[in-house]
Amino acid sequence: MKKTLKIAFPMTIPVMLGYISVGIPFGLLVIKSGLSIWVAIGMSVFVYAGAMQFVAIGLLLNPVGLVQVGLMTLFVNIRHLFYGLSFIELFKTFGPKKQYMIFALTDETYSLLCGLAIQNEISKESLFFAISLLNQIYWITGTIIGVFLGTLITFNTAGIDFALTALFIVIFIEQWLAFKTHIPALLGLAASAISLVLFGEGSLIIPSMALMLIGLLFLKPLIIKGEGADQ
Amino acid sequence: MIWASIITMALVTYFVRLAPFVLFGGSVQTPKWVEYAGKYLPPSVMGMLIVYSIKGVDFLALKASLPVALAMGLTGLLHLWKRNNLLSILGGTAIYMIMIQMIFN
Repeated sequence: MKKTLKIAFPMTIPVMLGYISVGIPFGLLVIKSGLSIWVAIGMSVFVYAGAMQFVAIGLLLNPVGLVQVGLMTLFVNIRHLFYGLSFIELFKTFGPKKQYMIFALTDETYSLLCGLAIQNEISKESLFFAISLLNQIYWITGTIIGVFLGTLITFNTAGIDFALTALFIVIFIEQWLAFKTHIPALLGLAASAISLVLFGEGSLIIPSMALMLIGLLFLKPLIIKGEGADQ
Repeated sequence: MIWASIITMALVTYFVRLAPFVLFGGSVQTPKWVEYAGKYLPPSVMGMLIVYSIKGVDFLALKASLPVALAMGLTGLLHLWKRNNLLSILGGTAIYMIMIQMIFN
């Protein structure tokens, strides 16, 4: 266990910075909105979905029907529909840990685990589990700091949330270097840039995912050829 | 009502993450197209998440977009140079914070 944590912890430091720095404003915002401490902590423990939890604050303040809450959650998190695809085979051997691994498959955890799969490092169950658990602990820790101590922070934290963008850039570069073909990476950038321009920031996710899937479908021969894969 | 909403969010979030395992897991052999998507979606999604994480930036306003663009470029260069995740993220974030707090404020 100690050995696993020793390997897992350094890998999760970027997520720690990102999650704590986004968890703090989340906790602060919940309290400032007049919602209880337990709403903030409860969401970080049981929902565990960054962007959605910010959206949730608005939904909880102006109560709407549960169907609407469910649909909103589906839309904000629908990109997660894809994440499991990369781990279907891998998680088969995870036993009881599998359900937690699935529950905890956030953007950042997915990024880290993908990086591991690609680097062909030892894909030990305990290492993956430790990474997932550490990440949620950071998220909850950030939330708790935001709830209790956020107001005491004296330095100007403006811009600290860039840590998440930086994390995505780093993983993007690692992915870029791991593939021979760069079509999928460029496709992701292009699909979402086009969607952002056409549909605006409010409804960016669905069209970019659709464009990405269409692109992957139509460019399949080029991608397979570029990667030199035998498929 | 608040807790009913939170439970709904928790369940929907979990089911979205669970769906591929239920649809393509079990003893069913993973279809070829799923293997294809599983291999080539991650780099695509990572590109999408970059755009997603800066979607709130007003790119027509230089004061907002320039520090983001510069910090993104520097983060990328720093990472290509040292290949050290923590250094790239800490460095990139620090550069961004300094820019928006002291230069572009």
